[in-house]
Amino acid sequence: MNSNIQPLEFNGDWNLSPSLESTDHIDLKDKYGLFINGAFLKPLSNKYFSTINPSNENQISLIAEAGSDDINLAVKSAKDAYENVWSKMPAKERSKYIYRIARLIQEKAKELAVVETLDGGKPIRESRDVDVPLAAAHFFYYAGWADKLDYAFPNRNPKSIGVVGQIIPWNFPLMMAAWKIAPALATGNTVVLKPAESTSLTALKLAEIIQQADLPPGVVNIVTGAGSTGELIVNHNDVKKIAFTGSTSVGKSIMKSIAGTSKKSTMELGGKAANIVFDDAPLDQAVEGVVNGIYFNQGHVCCAGSRLLVQESINEIFIRKLRDRIQSLILGNPLDKNTDIGAVNSKSQLDTINKYIDIGKNEGAEIFQLNCTIPDKGFWCPPTLFTNVSQSHVIAQEEIFGPVLAIQTFRTIDEAITKANNTPYGLSAGVWTDKGSKVFNLTSKLNAGVIWANTYNKFDPTSPFGGYKESGHGREGGLHGLEAYLNLE
Amino acid sequence: MSERIKVLKTYKIFIGGKFPRTESGRYYQTKNNGIPIANICLSSRKDIKNAVAAARKAFSGWSTRTAFNRSQILYRIAEMLETRKSQFLEELVLQGWTNKNAELEIHKTIDRIIYFAGWADKINQVFGSVNPVATSHFNFTMLEPMGVVGLITNEETPLLGIASCIIPSIVSGNTVVVLASEKAPLSALTFAEVISNSDVPPGVVNILSGNKKELSPHIYSHMDVNAIGDFSDLTNDEIKLTAVENLKRIRSFEASDISNDNFDSPYVIKDFMEAKTTWHPIESGFANSNSY
Repeated sequence: MNSNIQPLEFNGDWNLSPSLESTDHIDLKDKYGLFINGAFLKPLSNKYFSTINPSNENQISLIAEAGSDDINLAVKSAKDAYENVWSKMPAKERSKYIYRIARLIQEKAKELAVVETLDGGKPIRESRDVDVPLAAAHFFYYAGWADKLDYAFPNRNPKSIGVVGQIIPWNFPLMMAAWKIAPALATGNTVVLKPAESTSLTALKLAEIIQQADLPPGVVNIVTGAGSTGELIVNHNDVKKIAFTGSTSVGKSIMKSIAGTSKKSTMELGGKAANIVFDDAPLDQAVEGVVNGIYFNQGHVCCAGSRLLVQESINEIFIRKLRDRIQSLILGNPLDKNTDIGAVNSKSQLDTINKYIDIGKNEGAEIFQLNCTIPDKGFWCPPTLFTNVSQSHVIAQEEIFGPVLAIQTFRTIDEAITKANNTPYGLSAGVWTDKGSKVFNLTSKLNAGVIWANTYNKFDPTSPFGGYKESGHGREGGLHGLEAYLNLE
Repeated sequence: MSERIKVLKTYKIFIGGKFPRTESGRYYQTKNNGIPIANICLSSRKDIKNAVAAARKAFSGWSTRTAFNRSQILYRIAEMLETRKSQFLEELVLQGWTNKNAELEIHKTIDRIIYFAGWADKINQVFGSVNPVATSHFNFTMLEPMGVVGLITNEETPLLGIASCIIPSIVSGNTVVVLASEKAPLSALTFAEVISNSDVPPGVVNILSGNKKELSPHIYSHMDVNAIGDFSDLTNDEIKLTAVENLKRIRSFEASDISNDNFDSPYVIKDFMEAKTTWHPIESGFANSNSY
């Protein structure tokens, strides 16, 4: 089929002049304390760790590591702020504080985008166009809910919960902080939030914004550290609710440690989403969607379309178009506005991804990677796809959290649905077809919390996000995202 | 003429639309004031496995029925119960209830079933949403059933309890495996006959009798159960831990919630549903996309 089509010629000069985002206007400190009760404090633990730029391995800043005394202090200040200030404040006033935060994020958008890219390795285009605007939009959206909660839950009287503990991942550091903090504040709770240890900086910049917004001290506390700091938050008696985004295995261990307590929880965990392409799909759009689905943010996306299911009749042409498109992606300095693929977030994540790539090869799948120059320093993985993958292969079952796509084929709709649903995960799925009735047939049968039809990896503060099955429980975003932070007695 | 010898009823469990005995062959006697009333199946772990398999098999059919159809079938359950009131009254009295309390419980049960039947085609209108995203997409959120729900009923209200477990779960399209009241199991097992005669497809409702302490851990740890509704006040933390393995949704109720009029609420239905959000671009822009 289509054997007379000329392959694209990649030997020509595809190089673009560098277009580096300036870092002059960035204000970063050498050392960051913990943001507790409205001030940056030296950690009582006296411990610091370094945060590095994953694209060149240079140290950016030292970050405080919160120990148990620090967490006790943070929770106490959140509890005091809840009891004495925040829960007593009229909802209209609460709302105005949240609007202030939204506005300040917009004012400092460029700085936040650059810091996000420096600390996490993601392309500046993504942090500038996705992470930061969505973070601001989230605060705007939930600010407006604060004084309208009675309209959200018919025949119920929604009440805030108290101190909520929030633990967020390294893939969308600022955006995840916004997803967590905005609804928690709108519903009248106070917050102790811990960013991931490899990407603390934008959360600390957000702490500065919160300080500038004059939010009452203790309403938001941002404490940095690794997993052990997170455990201290989860197990603290005065923390009434845990909101966690991260891996399924950590999610399960949190659920075990709060089982039997009255703590509420929302869990946004892993995924292994299927992106399903039918022979009647608009193929070029589908190729863009599949590329965006798995290579966006170096594949560090819980809802990434990491499994591609292609209808057998278009397999050959589709894989060719996909390979051609991958070959035109630009991997390199994340600060360059032309860059499509930035650095992998950390050494340990790169090791994990490479382990899975080796497994894929050893299992007999056929590998294709972007042929490009890999920078000498930093952590890099070129966009990768595997063909000849079967359902039993590890790379078709386990979440890799990197730019690695496992491709399978199908003949019938039923086969596509069965393969797509054959996973313990259920976070998201994608469908590509030009036929409306087929779209709705698929979207109603796929077991996942978010379904993208003829699009992929779209997010919006009004749109609920969250998984079925082992991808977690509860929703973030939209009206449904309020419920996780309220008691509806 | 001598008095006619009564035919005693054999109470059996309800799996996949059939009334088998427990595969274990075990039984216990249910008593009122020390006087044996009947021999009751002491169900086993294997019965739970069979019941979950039957519930899973029934899920795709039941969850894709129209909401209107599920609503009608639930209404039918209430009708059947109404016509068999006298039998349920007799059984409740046999198990130690006063006439008055038995009648109250039956009426409350029938009314509750009718209340929930009406929600089938309304729940998504109240709790679904169209979300005004800031990009050119049509985006909506609908609630869907979770799948197979394991239910452990209370002891105090054997008929109202079993109905209050089952109805809010199945109205949205879930299928269920229920542990009946242990000390007063007759009402639940007769309720199975009502279900069986009300056009409820086989496997949608599965009812087991037996020792709750023995059986409920097997429901909590079963990897093909999506959610648990526990009204028993029995379950300890150790049992709950096993449910984390496949991240089951756990809804714990107080046994007394069942008698509370506030139980009649769509929020109980919502407890056993998942929110699914769907995106689709609004503009087509697909013309000539396949030219290469």
